[in-house]
Amino acid sequence: MKPTHTFRAEHITAGYDNKTILHDVSVTVPSNKISIIIGANGCGKSTLLKTMARLIKPTAGQVMLDGQSIQKLPGKQLAKVLGLLPQSPIVPEGITVADLVGRGRFPHHRFLKGWSKKDYAAVAEAMDMMNITEFADRHIDELSGGQRQRVWIAMALAQQTDILFLDEPTTFLDITYQVEILDLLTDLNRKYGTTIVMVLHDINLSARYADYIFALHEGKLVAEGTPSDIISNALIKDIFALDCMVIEDPVSTSPSVVPIGRHHNKLDAMTINRTGQPVHLTESVM
Amino acid sequence: MMNETMMAIYRSRMKRKRRYLLMTCLLTVLALGLMALMLMLGNTIYPVKDVISVVLGENVKGASFAVGTIRLPRMIVGLFSGFAFGVGGYIFQTMLRNPLANPNVIGITTGSSAAAVFCIIVLHASNAFVSIASVVGGLLTAIVIFILSKGSSFSIGRLILIGIGIQAMLNAFISYLMVIGNTYDLPSAMRWLSGSLNGAKMENLYPLIVTVCICTPIVLFLANRLEILELGEQAATSLGVATNKTRLLLLLSSVLMIAMATAATGPIAFVAFLAGPIAKKLVGVGFSNIVPAGLIGVILVLAADIIGQFAFETRYPVGVITGIIGAPYLIYLLIRINRKGDL
Repeated sequence: MKPTHTFRAEHITAGYDNKTILHDVSVTVPSNKISIIIGANGCGKSTLLKTMARLIKPTAGQVMLDGQSIQKLPGKQLAKVLGLLPQSPIVPEGITVADLVGRGRFPHHRFLKGWSKKDYAAVAEAMDMMNITEFADRHIDELSGGQRQRVWIAMALAQQTDILFLDEPTTFLDITYQVEILDLLTDLNRKYGTTIVMVLHDINLSARYADYIFALHEGKLVAEGTPSDIISNALIKDIFALDCMVIEDPVSTSPSVVPIGRHHNKLDAMTINRTGQPVHLTESVM
Repeated sequence: MMNETMMAIYRSRMKRKRRYLLMTCLLTVLALGLMALMLMLGNTIYPVKDVISVVLGENVKGASFAVGTIRLPRMIVGLFSGFAFGVGGYIFQTMLRNPLANPNVIGITTGSSAAAVFCIIVLHASNAFVSIASVVGGLLTAIVIFILSKGSSFSIGRLILIGIGIQAMLNAFISYLMVIGNTYDLPSAMRWLSGSLNGAKMENLYPLIVTVCICTPIVLFLANRLEILELGEQAATSLGVATNKTRLLLLLSSVLMIAMATAATGPIAFVAFLAGPIAKKLVGVGFSNIVPAGLIGVILVLAADIIGQFAFETRYPVGVITGIIGAPYLIYLLIRINRKGDL
């Protein structure tokens, strides 16, 4: 099992150029668990993840790993503990799958040393786990979107970090592949105890796969906790400005959000009040 | 403990490594062969034995002057400038992830030429001054291109277009200088238009040799980081690469090498542009192609110079020959990029 780490973002204010996106956000990442950051577009989910992965330098506050500021740790040393899969990494032209996965070993390499047995073992293990062994010698451009994403995750796995961040790992994938990726990440968490933090768009998949959820709204942390503790009609209304009904996911018993639009409402004589409880029309003020 | 996956990965990696080593050896042999040929060929053809004696410092009647004073500096300048063009071009192309993002195409070598031609025609400056000006011109052009393409967010496509624009402006400036220049200044200015190994003198080559000898170890040390940089800013940072520092060092080393080489030979057309892609074709991807690209630079320059000197009735400078080889590749690349739809 992976060791326990205390990973904290303390009073982070961050953004791009002159635009501040995050305002005084503090989070403590639960060690060895899967955490998911949710929120509407532009609320600062990705910014928070990137700041925690030292891709963005906060203008105030700091990110602490086991009591040390990550900005002060040497790059390679931090890269052995903390990995990030960016939203759109770039595929070098003509590279094979095994080669790309092997690049995840960079922080473990020392100057002028070739690949050690450990490197081969780590790459093989990552590829086996992501079921991409059969593609080892193929070029990345020959693979489908879902296969490609598995290759990138394998690269992050080969880095063998205790903490893994993923920025929207399921975006642009069909539902089948979304579930597949999230299942594989859960395998990873269960098998090794890897601490996973990711940004996801799909609120229902988030509620199902997360042990812990951070909800952001306009650059502020508005709620955190287990999905069943915090996902409510009120929270969804707050962060997405969407009327909905939270029901129990029949498969996982986690909360599931059913949106209420302006059309196709077959709840007949019922309407839904702000707390989401079905209310008879006669009782409500029309 | 070795499982099947591990063995498969090991085998294919070794296969690529063998290909890399084999190709590098072949290229080295080819480069050495061309170097020898450059020393042997000329108005009088000297046998290998005489050439070796001269290089070792013995006095051979006739050969000592022709080989030692004329052909050796010509070969050395071809060797070092070819290597510098090849390595510098490869680093640009890899770091900016586009074969068009290249000192030849985006006008850095043209910046060197423009500065040199200006010094010759307007300032009537000494040779040493012209060389320094051409290095400064190359560096300045690189800085201007990077500042202009910075904008609100950096884009490689914009960098290339700005570079092409700046190159066009500099070329127009050179043409203007050639028109207003004195007739007797034109021959020395001509060298800055197409690149030539003519008139190389040993004592003028030390800046280039020293630069190549200092910059090559630096870029080789950074070779692994360059490969990681290819994955993009974010992935590289999270793999522990100090991206800004690495990029700056790589750019500085390659611009210096290119500028020094241009100061020594003029802008030998398309060598920096061709070396990287040829290396990639021959060696494949997966190991750093810095050394193979440098060797291909050497081979291109020396082979083109030999062809230019001996294949035709008239002697052509090396840059004319590399231009003839390089231009079709540029067109091919533009057509391919046009099909793919992105710069």
